[in-house]
Amino acid sequence: MNTTTQIPENMELVYQYPDSMTKTYTHYCPGCVHGIVHRLVGEVLDELDLREKSIGVAPVGCSVLIYNYFNVDFVEAAHGRAPAMATGLKRTNPDKFIFTYQGDGDLAAIGTAEIIHAANRGELISTVFINNAIYGMTGGQMAPTTLPGMKTTSSPGGRDCKIAGYPIKMSEILAQTEGAAYITREAGTDIRSIRKLKKAIKRAFLTQIEGLGFSCVEVLANCPTNWNMDPWESMLWSKEQMTPYFPLGTYKMREEVKALKV
Amino acid sequence: MTKELLKGNVAFAEAAVRNGLQAYFGYPITPQSEALEHFSGRMIELDRVFLQAESEVAAINMVYGAASSGVRVMTSTSGPGLALMAEGLSYIAGSEIPVVVVNMMRGGPGLGNIQPSQADYNFMTKSAGHGNFHPLVLAPANIQEIIDMVGLAFELAEKYRTLVMIAGDGSIGQMMEAAELPPMQEISTARPAWAVTGAVGRAPNLITSLYLGAEKLEKVNIRLQQKLATIEENEIRWQEYETEDAELLLVAYGTVGRICISVLRAARQQGLKVGLLRPQTLWPFPTARINELAAQMQGVLVAEMSAGQMLVDVEHAVAGKTPVRFYGRMGGVIPMSAEILEAVKQVQEEVS
Amino acid sequence: MAKGMVIIDVERCKGCGLCTHVCPVNILELSPDTFNAKGYRPVTVTDMDECIGCAACATICPDVVFTVYRQRRQRATATA
Repeated sequence: MNTTTQIPENMELVYQYPDSMTKTYTHYCPGCVHGIVHRLVGEVLDELDLREKSIGVAPVGCSVLIYNYFNVDFVEAAHGRAPAMATGLKRTNPDKFIFTYQGDGDLAAIGTAEIIHAANRGELISTVFINNAIYGMTGGQMAPTTLPGMKTTSSPGGRDCKIAGYPIKMSEILAQTEGAAYITREAGTDIRSIRKLKKAIKRAFLTQIEGLGFSCVEVLANCPTNWNMDPWESMLWSKEQMTPYFPLGTYKMREEVKALKV
Repeated sequence: MTKELLKGNVAFAEAAVRNGLQAYFGYPITPQSEALEHFSGRMIELDRVFLQAESEVAAINMVYGAASSGVRVMTSTSGPGLALMAEGLSYIAGSEIPVVVVNMMRGGPGLGNIQPSQADYNFMTKSAGHGNFHPLVLAPANIQEIIDMVGLAFELAEKYRTLVMIAGDGSIGQMMEAAELPPMQEISTARPAWAVTGAVGRAPNLITSLYLGAEKLEKVNIRLQQKLATIEENEIRWQEYETEDAELLLVAYGTVGRICISVLRAARQQGLKVGLLRPQTLWPFPTARINELAAQMQGVLVAEMSAGQMLVDVEHAVAGKTPVRFYGRMGGVIPMSAEILEAVKQVQEEVS
Repeated sequence: MAKGMVIIDVERCKGCGLCTHVCPVNILELSPDTFNAKGYRPVTVTDMDECIGCAACATICPDVVFTVYRQRRQRATATA
C-alpha cells in the first residue's frame, strides 16, 4: 500500500469492491474491458440484491473462467450454448436470476441459433455480450464481428468481406425478435460510456426480474493484446473504428422496460 | 394396475412423466416424435416444463442447464439428432450430472431412413461424445421393458451422477402392445447439494467440465474411470433363455433379441440345443457371463440390425474359446426369425 | 485539504494505465521504480491532496484496484 488507510472523519466511501465478486485476480490481459464489465455486473448484482438468487452461465472464450470471479453459482456452457443452458435453468428455476456472459465468437458465430431463439421465445434471461471484434482466447483470429479490412491471425491481409462476409450486427438482429424486451448496444471505453453501460446492465437485469422478456446488453470492447495496441490506444480505437460500424444505442425497449426505474 | 395398449414412444414418455420427470426438452425426429408430442400435452397439463427446442444442439444444452440445478430432466431423439447432441452429452458426462436420453435408432449413415436399426451401438456404448467416458446404455426389447427401464434409468443416473441412455429402435418406438405403466410419483422438490440453486448460506456451486491443469484433468478422468468401474461392477444386466444345456449361443439385444426368442423356440423344436443371451445393458456389457457361457458352446451367433457392432464386444468376451459368427441386416431391414434360424443352422453345420 | 482520496490495492494492479488517462486532476501515474508481485508497475498517486474523489479511476479500472472516498457534502447553510 502506498497510501494511508486512515480515513479522515469528513470523508465518505464512494466506491468499494463489489460484494458479489471474489477477490481472485482475473486472468485478463492488462486493460481488458472484460474486467470493467465484470465489475459492473458485480455492482448491479449487489445493488439489486441478486447474488443469492443468481445462477450465471459461463461461455467459451476469454471469459470462460468468469465463475472464478463471482460469489455466485455458475455453470460452464459449451461454446455458444449459454442461452440454451440458461433456458433450461430458467424454465426449471423461474424464481432464480439467470444471466449469460458471452463474447462475439460465442454469441455471434457458433451460438447464433441459440441466442436468436432464446430472444425470440422471450426467455426470461439476461445476456451480457462483449464485442471486441476478435477471438481473444484462441490467439486473435477473425471474429464474426471483425471489421472490414481488419487484420487478424486468420485474416492476415485484412478481412475481405467478399471472402469472409460482413461483420454481423447482433443487436440489430436480436431487436427484430418479438420476444426481446430490451436490446441495447453500449460501450465500455470511457467514463461516460461505462456509467451508461452500468445503467443498461441494471435495466437488463430488472427486465428479467420484472418478467418483461429477453434482455441483452452488447458492449463494444477492446483487445489490446490481439489488436497489438496499448490499453488506452485500444480504447480510442474501439471508439473510433468500431462505433461507426456498430452504432451505439437502444435497439429495442418495450414500454414497460422504459418505465423501469434504473 | 391393469395393462393398456400402448405405443412404445408414448409408453416411455408417460412412464417418464409418472417417474417424476420435471422437464423435457426435445426436437422432433422420426421415429420418436410421438414421445415429444406426448410430453407436450402431459407436461404442460401437469404444470411441468416442456419446450420444443430449435435443434437437438439446443435441446441437449437445455437439458444440461436444467440438470445442473438438480431437477429430473430428459430428452429423446434418433440417430441424426443424437449426433447433434454429442457435444452436450460429453459436457454432461464431464460435469457428472444425471441425465437420461432415449435414442430410437433409425437407419443410417447420414439421413438414412426412418426404419428400425441398431447401427448407433458403437456411437452410444463407446463414448457418445469426445473425451473418455461411457454412458450407461439400457436396451429394452419390448414396451413393458422400456417402461420399466425409464424408472431404472433415472435411478441409475441420479445414483451415479451419470449419463444414462436407453437404446431403442424404430420398431420399439412405433409398435403397440399391452403393458402396465407405473403409478404416478410425486415430483421431488429436494435438490442435491452439488446443484446450482443460488448460493444461499454456502460457497457457490460450479458445474463445469473445464480443468485447465493437465494433472488436475487427469485426476478428474481417473475418478470418472473409477466411477465407471463401479458401474461395471454393479450394473451389468442381461437375460438368459435356455442356456443351461445349450451348445450354441445366440447373442442379440433389443428388437433382434426379441426375434431371437422365436428363433430359439423354432430351433429347439428342430432339436437344436440353442440358448440366448440378451444384454439389457450394452454398456456395461455382460462380458464375463458370455465368457463363462462360451466354454460350454460349440459356437456363438451374434445377430444385429447393423454391420456387426456388438459383435466386437461379443468376440472380446468369448476370447477365442469358441467360434463367433454374425448375422446382420442393415438400412432399416428387420431380420425375419427364419433368416436367423438359417444362420443358426449354418453355424451348427460348420462347428459340428 | 483534499476533497477526496483513493486507496490502491497495489497487488491487484496490472499497470494498464487506463486510470492515468481519465483522472481529471492528473494525479495518477504508473510507478516509475516499483513492481508488484505479478511484475507490473502499479499505479500510484502523485499528490493525494489534489484528489477530488470523482471515482473516474475506479470506473475505468478493469481490476477493481481503487477504493474511493469523498468529502461529505456540507449542509447548504453557507451562502453561495
